[in-house]
Amino acid sequence: MSVTTPPALAGSGKQIQMVEAPEGLEGAGFFATSLEKVIGLARSYSLWPLPFATSCCGIEFMATMGSHYDISRFGSERPSFSPRQADLLMVMGTIAKKMAPVVKQVYEQMAEPRWVLSMGACACSGGIFDSYSVLQGIDRIIPVDVYVPGCPPRPEQVLDGLMQVQELARNESLRRRNSPEYQALLASYNIK
Amino acid sequence: MTNEHLLTTLRARFGDDAFTDVEEPHGLLTLTFQRELTLELMHFLKEGELGFTFLTTMCGINYPNNLNRELGMIYHLHNLVTNTRIRLKTFFPVLDPVMPTLTNLWATANWMEREAYDFFGITFTGHPNLIRILNVEDMDYFPMRREYPLEDQTREDKTDSFFGR
Repeated sequence: MSVTTPPALAGSGKQIQMVEAPEGLEGAGFFATSLEKVIGLARSYSLWPLPFATSCCGIEFMATMGSHYDISRFGSERPSFSPRQADLLMVMGTIAKKMAPVVKQVYEQMAEPRWVLSMGACACSGGIFDSYSVLQGIDRIIPVDVYVPGCPPRPEQVLDGLMQVQELARNESLRRRNSPEYQALLASYNIK
Repeated sequence: MTNEHLLTTLRARFGDDAFTDVEEPHGLLTLTFQRELTLELMHFLKEGELGFTFLTTMCGINYPNNLNRELGMIYHLHNLVTNTRIRLKTFFPVLDPVMPTLTNLWATANWMEREAYDFFGITFTGHPNLIRILNVEDMDYFPMRREYPLEDQTREDKTDSFFGR
């Protein structure tokens, strides 16, 4: 990341970090790189998360969203409460078996490309709720990209998880979602 | 209204041997009654002189070792005027888990009977809508019956080395 100090902030000690341009050819008046890299860059810094919060992890996420930890620093300024406009499904909290079809439906309503972050022990594995009523990890119904462990995880961990998703988004091939592997993955979850 | 007066009134109406296991833990009169008496008894408690107009709660219970008394229902009633409470239990065989519904006496019994059905498989004859209330609709067992392992058997991350299974 390159650091530049705009004139308005000069002297105040504040700094604004700019994202470095992807690898490419640069010359007088032009810059050439691959479309994939530009799109990955754009996607990774404008992930719209859909917070699916069911319990205490949701409270930690609220802190993450708030001004102190400020998830919008990472381009997730707008939590999307409609799955159709969301890029990232953040499942936070215990998912009861009765809630499982709802989570799956929300995932199915999201448009590609879509990522899933599973936050906390309950969403990842059922956590302490090793019981008849609780889904033993959301990866039993939908594919998960990033697991954030903890009970509940601290906001820093959520931010770290989000940065992992950014990393995935940045480096994802444009053809990945059309690949037979990806189709097979979805098919293994019986999605569309 | 004293527990003594309560018990005398109930015995005068239903006979001396209608109630067994009479206890007063923390001053709360607790009786066990015959299942056949349920409707008559509840009607008497609510509409009669005793005035137990409020059904505080009810729940099912399972004692798998009590032969022919494996399943039970427990009712808590409250007289709001004299601030008196009473607890009533009844037990029946697990192979015959049928109780009369109290929804005609207390509308609030509706959801609680659905809960007892959901978790213990007790069916309430005359209930207007006896379906599961809390668990998934397609569940094919009654989870609070003590017939099942406590932990979810499909779980893979808990191994002997960590949890001593």
